[in-house]
Amino acid sequence: MQSQATYNYKVVRQFAVMTVIWGIVGMTVGVFIAAQLVWPELNVVEYLSYGRLRPLHTNAVIFAFGGCALFATSYYCVQRTSHVTLFAPALAAFTFWGWQVVIVLAALSLPLGFTQAKEYAELEWPIDILITLVWVSYAVVFFGTLVKRTVSHIYVANWFFGGFILTVAVLHLVNSAAIPVFAEGMLSPKSYSAYAGVQDAMIQWWYGHNAVGFFLTAGFLGMMYYFVPKQAGRPVYSYRLSVVHFWALIFTYMWAGPHHLHYTALPDWTQSVGMVFSLILLAPSWGGMINGIMTLSGAWHKLRDDPILKFMITSLSFYGMSTFEGPMMGIKTVNALSHYTDWTVGHVHSGALGWVAMISIGCIYYLLPRLFGKAEMASKKLIEVHFWIATIGIVLYIASMWIAGVMQGLMWRATNVDGTLTYSFVESVKATYPFWTIRLLGGVLFLSGMFIMAFNMFKTIAGGKSVNAPVLAAAGAH
Amino acid sequence: MDINDLRSIVTVLAFIAFVGILWWAFSDRRKETYEAAAMLPLDDDSEFIPQVSRNTERKSS
Repeated sequence: MQSQATYNYKVVRQFAVMTVIWGIVGMTVGVFIAAQLVWPELNVVEYLSYGRLRPLHTNAVIFAFGGCALFATSYYCVQRTSHVTLFAPALAAFTFWGWQVVIVLAALSLPLGFTQAKEYAELEWPIDILITLVWVSYAVVFFGTLVKRTVSHIYVANWFFGGFILTVAVLHLVNSAAIPVFAEGMLSPKSYSAYAGVQDAMIQWWYGHNAVGFFLTAGFLGMMYYFVPKQAGRPVYSYRLSVVHFWALIFTYMWAGPHHLHYTALPDWTQSVGMVFSLILLAPSWGGMINGIMTLSGAWHKLRDDPILKFMITSLSFYGMSTFEGPMMGIKTVNALSHYTDWTVGHVHSGALGWVAMISIGCIYYLLPRLFGKAEMASKKLIEVHFWIATIGIVLYIASMWIAGVMQGLMWRATNVDGTLTYSFVESVKATYPFWTIRLLGGVLFLSGMFIMAFNMFKTIAGGKSVNAPVLAAAGAH
Repeated sequence: MDINDLRSIVTVLAFIAFVGILWWAFSDRRKETYEAAAMLPLDDDSEFIPQVSRNTERKSS
């Protein structure tokens, strides 16, 4: 009976398509605020001012684009490596519609000015409650599927997805704890954090850094461990290393948060602990990166004419770059120069565009034809074009932000012989304009790539049928 | 005992647990399982699946 059943691809299809749509939305907002930095006149009304759109951009790209990609790939991977269809399909459908409602509410409430003012956790408490419901459902569907699996081993990618789901649940619950106030009625949600002072700051950056570590890293490493071997047609370089990689990340990432609070009211020893753990993180990060790239060992020629593989392997190179840069910036003395400058922005985008977006794009290109009953994407050539436009865009973006950041850091710390500051702040702003312009160009290129992807996606879907692959033979069914 | 002693003990225990995981992951006994597991995403009709389920029957089924 089970061999005639099909996998639940419907929810995967929905999330995969929305990944591309939300990617375009989130990156368009990003390009717009980048333009606002170059032309401040673009701040026309308060709803579209930089301060309100910036959190909309981060939420849209992380939770809408990245989130949809994670839902799609994890649901696909956990079914296929467990040889069972998804547990609780109605709940899986709820995760899709619930998540879309969260995104729409974010897109409405942030421009209207409703915010908890916690970076990457801006959404007000009613939305936070909905996120909690969706996330618990996600956990039930994912772990329920693992429980009813018909293979004995839980494949390593599922460990990464599972770790990501559990950790994000804990992070969200703790950091979003707040006291709601109803002074202005239900339609004007307002709340105050359950924590105060430096504890509040520490909890925020424990959340913030682990949002990077688990939402933007562990989940996407799950993608790497399933889709890179799939696309390359070879097993992962070292399965042992992948197991050690998982546990090393779990044991270290939790402690690195304090590096966001160097030279603040946070106790000095806490800052040092954060710095040391950030440096230790280099080992598992590079172990994982090497494991992913070396999967191609002996088959490098595949990279020459497979643009999807190019996306995946380039994403791992950017992962290696940004996980080297990150620990360096976590060192207090380096941080004294880099913090609050555009260097941080460059670092984040080397991770977000180079690693997170590129691995997601690669995986979605892998998924789309399989979900819509096609042999491959409508145009391989356009994937190639997308790859090069995106890569050039990232390089322009991060190189300009490196230069801008180091320049700002040096200008802010420069003093005259009598101890006064050499430059006023506005002089550093003025000096940054050319680099903001180059960054805007980089962003426009990356966004153009997403439009090409959307075109290619709709061409692939057109005339195709929604296809659900048959569930692979259950254990012992042969 | 001070709460900080407890914290130190937990840290040391976590480290020992990690070293234990390293030792376990690299032990020869795991080699075959891992080689088979690495093929899980690739072999859509893997020999591994019936084999392993025969060897280590899952309790639930």
